[in-house]
Amino acid sequence: MIDKAAASPQAAVADIFDGAAVMIGGFGTAGMPDELIDALIAKGVGNLTIINNNAGNGESGVAALIREGRVRKIVCSFPRQSDSHHFDAAYRAGRIELELVPQGNLAARIQAAGAGLGAIFTPTGYGTLLAEGKETREIDGRHYVLEYPIHADFALIKAQRADRWGNLVYRKTARNFGPIMAMAAKTAIAQVADIVPLGEIDPEVVVTPGIFVQRVVQIDPLASKLEQAA
Amino acid sequence: MNRMNRDQMAERVARDIPEGAYVNLGIGLPTKVANYLPQEREIFLQSENGLLGMGPAPAPGEEDWELINAGKQAVTLLTGGCFFHHADSFAMMRAGHIDICVLGAFQVSVKGDLANWHTGERQAIPAVGGAMDLAIGAKQTFVMMELLTKQDESKLVEACTYPLTGLGCVSRVYTDLAVFDVGADGARVVEMVDGLSIEELRRLTGVPLAAAEMQPV
Repeated sequence: MIDKAAASPQAAVADIFDGAAVMIGGFGTAGMPDELIDALIAKGVGNLTIINNNAGNGESGVAALIREGRVRKIVCSFPRQSDSHHFDAAYRAGRIELELVPQGNLAARIQAAGAGLGAIFTPTGYGTLLAEGKETREIDGRHYVLEYPIHADFALIKAQRADRWGNLVYRKTARNFGPIMAMAAKTAIAQVADIVPLGEIDPEVVVTPGIFVQRVVQIDPLASKLEQAA
Repeated sequence: MNRMNRDQMAERVARDIPEGAYVNLGIGLPTKVANYLPQEREIFLQSENGLLGMGPAPAPGEEDWELINAGKQAVTLLTGGCFFHHADSFAMMRAGHIDICVLGAFQVSVKGDLANWHTGERQAIPAVGGAMDLAIGAKQTFVMMELLTKQDESKLVEACTYPLTGLGCVSRVYTDLAVFDVGADGARVVEMVDGLSIEELRRLTGVPLAAAEMQPV
């Protein structure tokens, strides 16, 4: 019997290694898999390359990973925010490398990795600093920049519901990068509010088919809220 | 002259957004446009983080932090609205499914080049977000900004001096003093506030301006 459910967040991240490339879902804090990240911090690995839209907000999630000095490089579109102080300090001190990618190119490059494409031509960024030195091509009168896929060893994402085969549905705007990161990483790990028996997720509404998901772990959202409040 | 305030500018932009338009409003000043979209028009607001049919802010205490906009503020979803992932969201922009996007700017050139993501200062931490995708992707890109900086320098320029967001992507610029069409043929004045002459506008901006058939604002 195939059961992709891990017993705990610690068990779910047990094989993440030093120097791994890790995609982390979330747009700001919506969709950020906080409990998986806490388990990763507790595990003690470092020298990570993190792929996320932002570079951490406040004290939790990606911000906590940076605060703990576990991130060597971050690939993101929007690092600088009012509450990105841990990234700002690490960047100014030269402790973290930044690859800045326009948000749509970030999504397209992640999707390209998940779709098995060798590269993409994107119009975004043409003629700007972020395309300097990159190959370009004119196709049907429009200018494009050659960009390469972004692969990762692991993806940590947050979804609403899973079954033991790894089929996922998401909740509202917490979906964001989850579906494409699950496709792009060698091992995709989803934390979900509940794991339901096979067949309880309507097959017509599955957003991420289980083939893209290697592990799921149930995190009771009520318990995690109580823990945050304590 | 009757310089427009930010709410009046938002109201002016809203007038040009037609029934049925799919619209993305950028972070900052452009988000005000939502407050002035006429109730009788059905207009679809898209947010880059994966929603279409974005509604107003929820009542205090009703926030759901998994239902937010690009500025990470709590929002609501209109009946009939929907969610989607980031690759679909940016496909909507890049491939021109979005009819209009409204962005703020540091500078816009008379040819429609846009600079709105980076001041180019060495110590500044750069952040681009969805600005480059939005600028070049929508069928029409509108800019909304004060015409002059605090130092009275024109933000409508012959050529941008700040790092570019996109080339030739802006079609119309709404400011507190005038509305301009920009593009390959240069800048054309569409409207001016009462009490302003095109000669004065040319003096303030220092750029060549063609006059259109004038209409009162």
